Amino acid sequence: MKALLVCEYREGKLLDSSYELVAFADKLGADNVLLLIGSMAEVPRVNSTVYLADAEIYGEYNPDLHKKIVLAAVERENPDYIVFGHSSWGWDLAPRVATALRAGQVSEVVDIVDGQFVAGICNAKLRRTVTPKTDTVVLTIQSGAFNFDSTRQGTPLVERIELSEVIPSLEFIGYEPSEAKSVDLTRSEVIVSIGRGVGKKENVAVISALARALGGELGASRPAVDAGWVEHCQQIGATGQTVSPRLYIACGISGAIQHLVGMRESDFVFAINKDRDAPIAEVADVLVVADIMQIVPELTAKFLKTENTFRQAG
Amino acid sequence: MKILVCIKQVPDMESQFIINSQGNWFDENNLSFRMNEYDEYAVEQAVRLKEQLGGDPDITALSIGSGRVVDVLRKALAFGCDRGVHIVDPDSCAKDPWQIASMIAAFAQTEGFDLIFTGMQSQDRGSAQVGVIVAELLGISCVTTLIGFAYDNGVITVKRELEGGVKGVLKLKTPALVTCQLGLNVPRYPTLPNILKAKKKQLVAIPVGDMPHVRELTATCTIYRPRKKAGGLILEGDVGIVADRLMGILKECTMVMK
Ligand SMILES: Cc1cc2nc3c(=O)[nH]c(=O)nc-3n(C[C@H](O)[C@H](O)[C@H](O)COP(=O)(O)OP(=O)(O)OC[C@H]3O[C@@H](n4cnc5c(N)ncnc54)[C@H](O)[C@@H]3O)c2cc1C
Ligand SMILES: Nc1ncnc2c1ncn2[C@@H]1O[C@H](COP(=O)(O)O)[C@@H](O)[C@H]1O
Repeated sequence: MKALLVCEYREGKLLDSSYELVAFADKLGADNVLLLIGSMAEVPRVNSTVYLADAEIYGEYNPDLHKKIVLAAVERENPDYIVFGHSSWGWDLAPRVATALRAGQVSEVVDIVDGQFVAGICNAKLRRTVTPKTDTVVLTIQSGAFNFDSTRQGTPLVERIELSEVIPSLEFIGYEPSEAKSVDLTRSEVIVSIGRGVGKKENVAVISALARALGGELGASRPAVDAGWVEHCQQIGATGQTVSPRLYIACGISGAIQHLVGMRESDFVFAINKDRDAPIAEVADVLVVADIMQIVPELTAKFLKTENTFRQAG
Repeated sequence: MKILVCIKQVPDMESQFIINSQGNWFDENNLSFRMNEYDEYAVEQAVRLKEQLGGDPDITALSIGSGRVVDVLRKALAFGCDRGVHIVDPDSCAKDPWQIASMIAAFAQTEGFDLIFTGMQSQDRGSAQVGVIVAELLGISCVTTLIGFAYDNGVITVKRELEGGVKGVLKLKTPALVTCQLGLNVPRYPTLPNILKAKKKQLVAIPVGDMPHVRELTATCTIYRPRKKAGGLILEGDVGIVADRLMGILKECTMVMK
């Protein structure tokens, strides 16, 4: 069994997530060969063959070119599995490769159980096992699901890969950097986050009062940011900040995987949700099944009262 | 200009899901359904483009599914789409992205759309595949995960969302397919007059038997609930009592009370 692992590279750097593909292939029990569209200096340190296509020529991510390069590597190696990270790179490229090969694709794989691939459905509320029905299978892997032992080092065998000319249909103009962060949540010890369950902007004050009482910062899930309730720099998750406070309180956040990846390293997690089955329960030390607007003011009041008694006594 | 918007109807994610008796999907009884969140951005963007171009583009909204999906098509018409096409397929939830995409591509092929909008993923299946496969089958340009869209004279400039808040800016020409990410725009609430107008718009039903059939490339075997965190506690009931318990936990397990 052989897996072709397609590494990710952006602005001159190999992305670390590429090593997670190796961890995945190990768990699958597959031999691996890698493909990097990048530079010699960034070839991953593994004991495998690495196909290298020169980024000087093929540039930053461009699906038409990159698809052709992946297909050229597939032709040479004839792998059983072609594996990508589930990222803006992978979810864009994988279905193109799969379509060209008429291969079945399983997206956002979080685990392998009895040879079947496990992925989330319904915003992670349920899981499913998927069986591919084709000889060649394309997979995208959930980031953080397969951990690579970074002490492991190897010596790659590099093989060059080149293309005859391809005229891309997309013109890459450039990158726009992320907005400057006016709030750095990565250092916060306590974060109270709001999600769509908070309902409306006027309700946010109730949650920020709890954050203030606890001496913490206000974080948010993406819909709360998209709705303009809080600033983008307060967003936590795949496209926001990654935080690991001592205490994280999620208010009205369902626990979609893109949110969890940003906060699951927190020491202690409270989740307040009216839905007992919300997937946030997977990471919550305490799940409070309640309406936020009822429980939060109660908790804030009790907390402030106790603190005051302490202070008066002290 | 001809535009296609692909819309999926999905269960409300706050529903209580019950696994069906075969254990391979959820039971659809007692679920409420809505438009896939990502597709709302797709519809909105298509309608904004129509407005920008003085009403010229003709927008078709397409949905594959059982009888109930007519509701999301009606909603799309109330947003401002011109006609709805319903591929009537009671088994669509058992089909894989390849089968769904093949039907959409077959439909699009006969119509010759200049621009196709889809969501970046469906909330229930979350495969993020259908749009890209359609584009590949049609052999047209495709960009995924849009958070910015501008159209000028056949040239589309888009912003793609990448990791860590970085955005990629790209240009492409029609015919093209784009997949829409959360936050691309602010979807409107259809007004009552528009809802009434939508009732008069054309809604075509095509039996799935009239579409080419391809075999599945992947199959869902079982579905199950993820485990809750080991040792995790669930608190519910009287708000005052729960708040007291939480105070106790804050004291014992966290550092916020010194
Ligand atoms: C490529 C990509 C990147 C993404 N990046 C991010 C990211 O960085 N960060 C992020 O957060 N998301 C991200 N998302 C979006 C993510 O998939 C989810 O859509 C999002 O996290 C859901 O936010 P939510 O939990 O606030 O809303 P919902 O999923 O709508 O959940 C709301 C929750 O509130 C509960 N609720 C409702 N009312 C109440 C009440 N009165 N009291 C108590 N509970 C209540 C509901 O039961 C529900 O569980 C990304 C998605 C994609 C595709
Ligand atoms: N049954 C369907 N009918 C119409 N469009 C669909 C259907 N399934 C998926 N799509 C479109 O494809 C996108 C991606 O879906 P998926 O690949 O399932 O994540 C969705 O956002 C829709 O725009």
